[in-house]
Amino acid sequence: MVKPTDILKEEPILEVRNLQTSFFTEKFEVKAVDGVNFAVPKGKTLGIVGESGSGKSITSLSILRLIQNPGKIIGGEILFKGENLLDKSEAQMRRVRGNEISMIFQEPMTSLNPVYTVGQQISESYRIHQNIGKKEAMLRSIDMLKLVGIPSPEQRVKQYPHELSGGMRQRVMIAMALACDPELLIADEPTTALDVTIQAQILELMKELQQRLGMSIVMITHDLGVVAETCDYVAVMYMGKVVEYAKVADLFKNPKHPYTVGLLNSLPRHDIDLGDEELTVIKGSVPSPDNMPKGCRFAPRCPFASEICVEQLPDLEQSEDGNQIRCWIYTDEWDGDPEVKVNG
Amino acid sequence: MAKELLKVTDLKQYFPIKGGMLGRTVNNVQAVDGVTFTVHEGETVSIVGESGCGKSTTGRAILRLDEPTGGQVEFDGEDLLALNNRQMRKKRKDLQIIFQDPYASINPRQTVRQVLEEALEIQNVVPKAERAAKIAELMETVGLGAHQADRFPHEFSGGQRQRIGIARALSVDPKLIIADEAVSALDVSIQAQVINLMKKLQRDFSLTYLFISHDLGVVRHISDRVIVMYLGKIVEIGDKTSIFDNPQHPYTKALLSAIPVPDPDIETKKERIILQGDVPSPINPPAGCRFHTRCPFATDRCKTEVPELRTEEHMKEGHQGACHYIKEIQAGTHEAKY
Repeated sequence: MVKPTDILKEEPILEVRNLQTSFFTEKFEVKAVDGVNFAVPKGKTLGIVGESGSGKSITSLSILRLIQNPGKIIGGEILFKGENLLDKSEAQMRRVRGNEISMIFQEPMTSLNPVYTVGQQISESYRIHQNIGKKEAMLRSIDMLKLVGIPSPEQRVKQYPHELSGGMRQRVMIAMALACDPELLIADEPTTALDVTIQAQILELMKELQQRLGMSIVMITHDLGVVAETCDYVAVMYMGKVVEYAKVADLFKNPKHPYTVGLLNSLPRHDIDLGDEELTVIKGSVPSPDNMPKGCRFAPRCPFASEICVEQLPDLEQSEDGNQIRCWIYTDEWDGDPEVKVNG
Repeated sequence: MAKELLKVTDLKQYFPIKGGMLGRTVNNVQAVDGVTFTVHEGETVSIVGESGCGKSTTGRAILRLDEPTGGQVEFDGEDLLALNNRQMRKKRKDLQIIFQDPYASINPRQTVRQVLEEALEIQNVVPKAERAAKIAELMETVGLGAHQADRFPHEFSGGQRQRIGIARALSVDPKLIIADEAVSALDVSIQAQVINLMKKLQRDFSLTYLFISHDLGVVRHISDRVIVMYLGKIVEIGDKTSIFDNPQHPYTKALLSAIPVPDPDIETKKERIILQGDVPSPINPPAGCRFHTRCPFATDRCKTEVPELRTEEHMKEGHQGACHYIKEIQAGTHEAKY
């Protein structure tokens, strides 16, 4: 069995082992995260990419133990600097959240409190986690706003979220998340709601801050372009499982899993003209969670699926270039066409 | 060249802001401010731009879903703005729209059959006796099963719902379809299926598309010509090769360079132009060139003088940009400030 840290060159700051998070309805159990493994390198960025329903957001919420009823983390380990977060008490967890690990969300308007000023909201984390007085906390908030590139921060701290544009709000969210100098930042689709020119500003800011502060980032996104631009490693998720886990350069140069290949092919690009050619599509759609395929989750949509794929779930295995892949094609058990070319 | 199907001239759409004690109009949101373009039969013209640039408002104004403030909209030689409501409703048989959110644009209490039947009935496309057959045919055309017609929208996935939206638009045999962010809400694997479907339908039914989108990857794939809008005005217009491979306006260049490409090799090499600041409010748009507040090339002239769309010598026919310094930037004699 491969370990998620195997592919890293760096020390891991976070290691997730066999994480399982399920939602329980009256009729059935939805396995949103179904045995996920990955590791986040110190000072670098891990991307988690997948389409709706792949479990990428639930994974990130699970790391901070923010899963609420009817959801539950039912198994696995989340090792942050060697300690299992799942063993911690709620009080201990509170000291981790926002202090050692913080998170930014997709929609800055709904994650900021509309009735407090920006300054009050940033100050709060200083006052809670570092026991700093009101005045001093406000001064530090102004510094934070300066750090994230907000012009005239002395005025901005007194403003309410609705007085700011979308890009400015996301900068405020980042300022809040970084206030206590966390070692790990989880960014859940941080630029999805923003226009591309603003997205470029925010991604640039995050990269610059990472270099300056040396933090690690988990970047959760559906956008493979964002992965290519910001990440060092990437885990591709499909139906609650990691199907491919690789160094970013390898994933784009030599994608191995039929799902990854399908995703890359179905993406129309502004820098490549296909002429009248059709986009290559992944047929069908993601099965509903109460109708989970028993073998490989991707088998019903996979153009290469053979008998073993339908019957048995493959494990995440090491490939010859040191990355990890969950697909029968790359194993000795493969019973389909021995000459099959996934990426052709 | 194919004939002009849609001709939009100096289209303006202002939304009044009421205020004060008497509820008078105190100001206007200039959502679309003097937009002129034509769409030829059988082609796909895309309007691209970021939020608030007026691309959706343009689409809605053409259909008169919002009554335009000024300008002309000619469709197939007929002035749409001169029609009364009843005539306009008839006319909408030829101009259909597909919306972004397939969850919000289909009545959840109607079955797909009822949705399609309503369209067929209002426009009286086929006699009553043939409607069932027409509905079955439409379902198959958009890649759904005829047996699914009696289901409700919630029984379909997002991609399937968007197919229903397309079937509804197609049901009245339109000439022009305005697709307003029609694939933006879909996951990439599903998005590709719907794009392929739309291209196939265009060939099979000789449709004309006005495709409104913020996604330049999708736009490059689907369009013949592209219109780039910024704050209610067209900044650049041209065939897709001109726009994507030889952009002239500083805004178009910045927009294209801002898109992350799924290829780390290109990402590390490419020079990204990062624009400063946000899009200004359309309530009091900047005087002169509306882009001057963020433009790395802006001068004092840009603050006062509105640039007209023009074709310079080095540009292809039909490729126009609205910038005072296209020639100088191309020649390298006018440098960026940041």
